[in-house]
Amino acid sequence: MKHRLFRGGVHPEGGKELTKDKPIVPLDPGGTLVFPLSQHIGAPCLPLVEKGQEILRGQLIASPPEGRLGVAIHSSVSGKVKSIEMRPVVGGRGVSVVVENDGLAREVSFEERPRWRELSRESILSIISESGIVGLGGACFPTSVKLNPPPDSPIDTVILNGAECEPYLTCDDRIMQEHADDVACGTELLRRIFPDARIVVGLEENKPEAIEALSGAFAAIGADVEVRALPVMYPQGSEKQLIFAVTGRSVPSGKLPCAVGCLVQNVATVRNMYLAVAQGRPLMDRVITVTGEGIAEPGNFLVPLGTLVSRLIEVAGGFKGDPGKVIAGGPMMGFALTRLDVPVVKGTSGILVQPRSMTLVEPERDCIRCGRCIEVCPMGLEPYRLNRLALLEDYDAFVDEGGMDCIECGSCSYTCPSMRYLVQSLREAKRTAAARRRK
Amino acid sequence: MESLLYPMIALGGLGLAFGLLLSFASRKFAVPVDPKVAAVRALLPGANCGACGFEGCDIYAENVAAGKAETNRCPVGGGELAAALAAVMGTEAEVQEKKVASVRCRTSCERGIEAYIYQGIRDCRKATVLPGGGPNACSYSCLGFGTCIPACAFGALSVQDGVIVVDRHLCVGCGKCVEACPRGVLEMIPVSQPVRLACNNADKGVQVREVCPEGCIGCGLCAKVCEAKAIEMRNNLPVIDGSLCVGCGKCVEKCPVKAIVVTPAGEEKTGAGGE
Repeated sequence: MKHRLFRGGVHPEGGKELTKDKPIVPLDPGGTLVFPLSQHIGAPCLPLVEKGQEILRGQLIASPPEGRLGVAIHSSVSGKVKSIEMRPVVGGRGVSVVVENDGLAREVSFEERPRWRELSRESILSIISESGIVGLGGACFPTSVKLNPPPDSPIDTVILNGAECEPYLTCDDRIMQEHADDVACGTELLRRIFPDARIVVGLEENKPEAIEALSGAFAAIGADVEVRALPVMYPQGSEKQLIFAVTGRSVPSGKLPCAVGCLVQNVATVRNMYLAVAQGRPLMDRVITVTGEGIAEPGNFLVPLGTLVSRLIEVAGGFKGDPGKVIAGGPMMGFALTRLDVPVVKGTSGILVQPRSMTLVEPERDCIRCGRCIEVCPMGLEPYRLNRLALLEDYDAFVDEGGMDCIECGSCSYTCPSMRYLVQSLREAKRTAAARRRK
Repeated sequence: MESLLYPMIALGGLGLAFGLLLSFASRKFAVPVDPKVAAVRALLPGANCGACGFEGCDIYAENVAAGKAETNRCPVGGGELAAALAAVMGTEAEVQEKKVASVRCRTSCERGIEAYIYQGIRDCRKATVLPGGGPNACSYSCLGFGTCIPACAFGALSVQDGVIVVDRHLCVGCGKCVEACPRGVLEMIPVSQPVRLACNNADKGVQVREVCPEGCIGCGLCAKVCEAKAIEMRNNLPVIDGSLCVGCGKCVEKCPVKAIVVTPAGEEKTGAGGE
C-alpha cells in the first residue's frame, strides 16, 4: 500500500548499527541504587519505606498521593534503605529513596494470573496502575490513565509505537525481536480494553527482523494485528506524526490523540503491561541502549531501575577516548548529563556517549532566512520566526504563531546551517508561556 | 491688489470661524483635571520604571492624587519625594528607607565549578531550561549572562568576572532586576544595612561544598555570634534583618567561607575593609 508520510522531518545519521545486533543482556546494578520519587508525569510519590528498612525486589516503595495523578514505584533489588534524601537526577535534583543492594535479588512473591485473558477492563487498568507502568518511550505518562480516555471520544485505532526514530537507540527494536511474544500478549490486553478498535504496529522499514518476529508472534496466537512498515524518517515515533502516518488523521492543535479516535502505546510499555497483568511483575527493569562512539562496548541491557549511569558505563566497558558528552536518551531529544551518579529512571531509553570531537559545535550565527527549518518542521511551524519571538520575549506572539505546538524534536536545530539554538529558545518560550497562562 | 485681498479675507474668516469653534469646544467638552495630578506629576522623576507598581509616572500621579496610592511608592525619589508628595496631598509622610539591590552570589564559573561546557544562548532565562538550570554546578548561583542588565533603567548593573555587580550609586531601588533574574539571585536590602549575604545556595553544607568553594554551608555560626539577634537561619541560609543589625562585623569575621560581606554602609560603621 502507498505510504503516507507526515510533512517535514529529517534523516539524521543512524548510529543504530552499533547495537542493532546486540542481544539484551541482564545487568548487575552494583551496590547503590537511587529511586527518584518523581519519575512520571504527575505528583511526586510519597515514600512508603523508612531508613534502615529491609526491602525485597518488587516491593512497593512509594506511591502517589491519594487522588493525584501518578503511579507507584517498586524496588528493583533487595537490600536496605540507606536514606531518603535529595539526590542528583537527570535534569536536576529530586527527593529519592537510596537503596543499598545486597546482591541476593530476593523477590516478593509475584501473583501470577494464568487466567489473565478473562480479566475485566477495570481490573486490567487497576493492575497496570498498581504496577507503576508509564509510557516507556520517554514521556512517562501513567499508562492506566492513558488507557482510560474520556467516554466522549471513542478509540477506533490503537497504534503500537515501534518506530524508534531516534538515531542510535535500539532498545525497542531488540524488545520486538526478542520478546515479540510478550508484545503480542500485551496487544491481547489492549484488545480486552478496546474490543472494537483495530490494532496496528507502526515501525520503520529499517527493522526487518522486528517486523518478521512480530508478524510471527501475532500469527502464533491468532491476533488480528497489522504490522505496518513505515518509511524511515525522523520524528516518525512522535505520537502525532505516527498517527498521521498510520491513519492519515491529523490531531488538531492542542488536542490529544483521542480526539481523532487514536491511542498510541510504546511497544516496551505494552510488553510490561503483559508482564504486570499475567505474571504479576511490576515495572522494575527496562531495556536500555548504552551506545555511542565514545563507549567501549556498546550494547542493549536489561537494567534494574535506579541503577546509576556510572555503573551502566562501567558495564559497557567504560569510555573510549575522551568523552565529550553523555546523553540520557537519543541524540535528537535526549538530555546531556552533568554528572554520572544519576539513576536510570522509567523514561531513560538510552545512554549515549559522544567523543569530544563530535560535540564541538560552531558558535551560533545570524539567521539567513533560508527556510530550511520550515521545510523540516513536522508540526508545520516556522522555527526561525518563533526563535526570534522567543529571543524578543514576545510570548503572546509566540503562542499566536503556534509555538506551543512545538514537539521539541530538534529537526530544525539539526538542519539549521547557521547553527542557531532553535530548540533551546523555543523550549524556554514554551515553558514561560505555559507558566504565564497558568497565572 | 484684489488677488491678494480675497485670499486674506477668506483665510482670515476661516481662522476666525475655527478659532471660535475651538474655544467653544474647549469649554463645552472640557475634562476636569485635578490640579493635584499635575502638581504630583511635576514632582515625580519621570523614569517610568514601573517600580511603584503602576504603568508609569503619569498613572502613579493620578492614583496618588486620587488618594488611591501611598506617597512612598516611588523608590527613585525616595524619602524626599515621599515627603514632598505628602505635602502636596496634605497627608503625613510615611517615609520608607531606600533600598538597593544586592547580589547573593560572588562565585564566577572561573573560580567556582562549572558543571559543563555551555554552548547555547547567552541568556540566563534561556539557560534555565537546561539540566541543572544552567551550566554552573551550583543551581542557585548567578549565571552571569546578564539578563537583568537590560531590566535596569538606570544602568546600575554590570557583569564582572562572570557575576553580576550592582553599582550602589546608580541603583535607585526599583527592584526590576529582582523580577528579571530567573534564579532569585538578586534581593533588595535597606541601603543602610551594614552587612549582606553573598550566597544563594539553600542546600546542606555537604552539597554546597561539592559545587562551590565559597558558598554558605549553613553552619549557623553567624546567627550564634550575632549579639543583636539580627540573623536567623532559614532554609540553610542566614536571613539578615537590616533594622536590627548594628554592624559589629562579628558574623563577617566568623563566617568560615566568608559568605557574609560588609556593605559600603557597613564600612563607615565597622571600619572594615571594602566589599
